[in-house]
Amino acid sequence: MTQAMDLTVGPNQFFWDLDTTRGFYDEMANAPVSRVVIGELVCSKRLPFVQDAFPEAVEKVTAAGKGVALTTLALITLKRERKQTGDLFDAGIAVEINDLSALRHLPKGQAFWVGPLVNVYNEGTLRWLASQGAERVCLPPELPLESVQRLAEVGQDCGVAIEVWGHGRAPLAISARCYHARLHDRIKDNCQFVCGDDPDGRDVDTLDAQKFLVANGVQTLSHATISMARQCDVLRDAGVSALRLSPQSQHFSQICEGYARVLDGAESAETFARDLVRLVPDGQLADGFLSGACGADWSGAA
Amino acid sequence: MELVCPAGTPAALRTAVKAGAHTIYCGFADETNARNFPGLNFSRKELGEAITFAHAHGAKVLVAINTFPRAGGEEIWHRAISDAADLGADAVILADLGLLAYTAEYHPQLRRHLSVQAAAANPDAINFYAETFGVRRVVLPRVLTVAEIRAINAEIDVETEVFVFGGLCVMAEGRCSLSSYATGRSPNMNGVCSPASHVDYSEERGDLVARLGGFTIHRTQKAQSAPYPTLCKGCFTSREQTGHVFEDPTSLDATRLIPDLAKAGVTALKIEGRQRSRAYVEKVVRAFRGAVEAEAQGRPMPEGLLATLSEGQAVTTGAYAKVWR
Repeated sequence: MTQAMDLTVGPNQFFWDLDTTRGFYDEMANAPVSRVVIGELVCSKRLPFVQDAFPEAVEKVTAAGKGVALTTLALITLKRERKQTGDLFDAGIAVEINDLSALRHLPKGQAFWVGPLVNVYNEGTLRWLASQGAERVCLPPELPLESVQRLAEVGQDCGVAIEVWGHGRAPLAISARCYHARLHDRIKDNCQFVCGDDPDGRDVDTLDAQKFLVANGVQTLSHATISMARQCDVLRDAGVSALRLSPQSQHFSQICEGYARVLDGAESAETFARDLVRLVPDGQLADGFLSGACGADWSGAA
Repeated sequence: MELVCPAGTPAALRTAVKAGAHTIYCGFADETNARNFPGLNFSRKELGEAITFAHAHGAKVLVAINTFPRAGGEEIWHRAISDAADLGADAVILADLGLLAYTAEYHPQLRRHLSVQAAAANPDAINFYAETFGVRRVVLPRVLTVAEIRAINAEIDVETEVFVFGGLCVMAEGRCSLSSYATGRSPNMNGVCSPASHVDYSEERGDLVARLGGFTIHRTQKAQSAPYPTLCKGCFTSREQTGHVFEDPTSLDATRLIPDLAKAGVTALKIEGRQRSRAYVEKVVRAFRGAVEAEAQGRPMPEGLLATLSEGQAVTTGAYAKVWR
């Protein structure tokens, strides 16, 4: 039997100031989504500026009846980052693991979520994570439909809810090097937080002015916003249990509402996908990882 | 220190062994390894013969089975593990959690190394893999400084292996889907990055333009030498700036850091390049064997021996120096 799909808001990948971050989670408390992942994913240097927003966000989102998890960083290297990771498990809230080293801090028997930056490509990995207490797994964005179908099947079999990257610039790579700092001729240690100037990342175009990638600190994202707007039916049929919506700085509540209407059958995928072009940065959409020739392809009208 | 050298073909393996490699790493000719290029890698029969040859010369053979198995196709990877064990491989190099769990359960006697593709970048990650799956050696991701490597070695009980020469990934390896965004083919799923099948060259207004999956990666004037259009080494524009946003077309040469890496507790030095020619492998292996011997005897490192072999003739010590970041 096909189950209904719902919506998960992923952690914000970008560096927004404290007030913006607070305002964002106020909105999310009222958005038609089932759960929200809160915390800093990309760079621990941003944390001191935004971390005050997180406990309040947890409270508000929980009070609104939604599920909550705290994310780990995507790339944990420093001692203080390791300690922060360990501390996450003491908060009494689900932790979403986005760097496998977090598993070493996992208290025995504590359930956890797995984010899209952990390589879950196959049945063996999914089953092993399930055996350790994984409750939800958001699959890596690059997986093709055949893999998603197979993993959703296994997920149902071993009691793990499977999510798919539903909306947002795709996290394509992470590095020790900060590209934002490099673009300002600085090194990471002296970055002066320039990634905060670009609330949806900084465009990296080809020499022929093709929109291609965006830099977001140590992270590299797709320029196109990945959207499963036109793939909801096929994902639901596959047994996928949720779409992950990754925050963008503008129109995000409106976007959440749009996906909710499509999932409820209140709006056609085509209509929403057409509207979405006006709501995402530079109007560029892609869904090619799922069934196109490459990730940058879009199944809809150009 | 142990010198771990690449071999894309049986001939390259024999060459590397004769040139002084302590250990060779190679892969099967299919999607199970991260250098799945046409005409490269080993059949079962070739690997068996290569292992016999290497062992007769006192060298070890490691088999890289370091892509992430495809859902629905896991038995291809499982067979690769069983065959590597049966053929007498000294270790397998793995990245995928599920495959590590499988190997630890069904082939516990087969030594397990953690591939750089697993991106284990801190002691917690390494200890996790060691404790959970009995991993004995970790190939460290190229995101760490020498000081960080030293600190890691102080907190772990397993061996570490680091890259010292060859191609340089600037992204955390095994966590990069830039290539599949542009071409549909990725290191994790297909064992390829920026594949030649998706490269297109054209001449436009006197420039040689290299595109990958239709995206322009380089424009070089005809007289200049044009580097291969590896996506992360491309020339791009970000607002008013044009340049190599992620990394210049350089390659890694950490020869002069070998004494520091030894002091940092590193067990093995790794050379990238299973796709390289026999002549290249011969030259690089010989030079690095010399450097390793020099280190053991406390002599200074030979300088600039390999400059002409490096991609684009520019080299870097990469993340090993903190300013790279």
